[in-house]
Amino acid sequence: MAQANAAELKPEIVLDEMKKNGVTDVVWLPDSETNWLYLLMQAEPSLRLIPVSREGLAFSMASGLAVGGKTPIILIQNTGLMESGDSLRGWALGMNIPVVLMVGYRGWTRHGINQDTAATYTERFLHAFGINYYLVENSEDAPRISIAFDEARKTKRPVAVLVGDEYHGFTNR
Amino acid sequence: MFRTADMLEIFQQYRGDAIVVPGRGGRHWVHLSTNPNRDVPLGDPAMGGHASFAAGLALAQPDRKVIVFDSEGDLLMNLGILPTIAEQAPANFYHFLLDNECYATTGGQPVPNAKNVAYDVIARGSGYPHAYAFTELNDFANNIASILSQPGPVFVAMKVLPEIENEPIGRRPRWQTRSRDQVVRDLKTELGIPE
Repeated sequence: MAQANAAELKPEIVLDEMKKNGVTDVVWLPDSETNWLYLLMQAEPSLRLIPVSREGLAFSMASGLAVGGKTPIILIQNTGLMESGDSLRGWALGMNIPVVLMVGYRGWTRHGINQDTAATYTERFLHAFGINYYLVENSEDAPRISIAFDEARKTKRPVAVLVGDEYHGFTNR
Repeated sequence: MFRTADMLEIFQQYRGDAIVVPGRGGRHWVHLSTNPNRDVPLGDPAMGGHASFAAGLALAQPDRKVIVFDSEGDLLMNLGILPTIAEQAPANFYHFLLDNECYATTGGQPVPNAKNVAYDVIARGSGYPHAYAFTELNDFANNIASILSQPGPVFVAMKVLPEIENEPIGRRPRWQTRSRDQVVRDLKTELGIPE
């Protein structure tokens, strides 16, 4: 049981990383793992949640927010990331937007034997666009989120955080 | 239908100190604007994103009017932005649509169902509190002042004459006078936004 808990990514820790890095807006579309985090974000007064209906819109929306002086984060699933290719190219990369993409890594296993082609193509997609990424599988990996934010700011490019775990619920429930 | 340049000449008189994202009207707007540091002429970073970009800018700068000139080809690619904008309800956001019924930059092919789509109805059905449609320049001229004095989001569909381009892209004259990076830097300096 202790080992299973150690393998979890707590949504409170993800929220803390967002706050630590001054995130003002979460531009997002729910993925299969988000609900616990959504409930926390909704209750957090420092965050504005902007739901979009297709993930490509998150990139152009985040670009406008960033140009206007805000600090957005994009929260989407890997499937939607891949759908967004041209928007990522033109609105995030082309406009030099320092935005962190928090991407649910649907289908990820640590073994390379994927049952889900969404996982098969995720990293290849990021490689194709030259986007650096950090894998976060549990709470101990969470500091990589701040590393991603620092890198995005320094390089003025999108940087991805691949979330390789589902949120298992709140710590104190 | 009316000429985009004629419409923008009228609009310019009411622009005030609004931030303007001219979209595909940019080729005319760069010659008409008297406040270029509040203009965001980006050309076409990626089709379909102008409305969401401008809405993001409006949400980031709620004390300043943000006006976008979208186009129907772009909007059709991302109709789903309309409910998002309506839900966020930026009171400073004015969403104009240049509807020339075709993809002018690729030779003038019609957009799907070009003559039968009522974009103002779609906007209102998505939750925009105010939506208008104009086919005559006089009607636009007679209403623009009241449109811009209402709280947003406001949607304004306009039927405009197509300006079809058939030259290969590499041979078309560039209308942009600044790079995208320079446009963003100038806007941030104008608005006092740190880099």
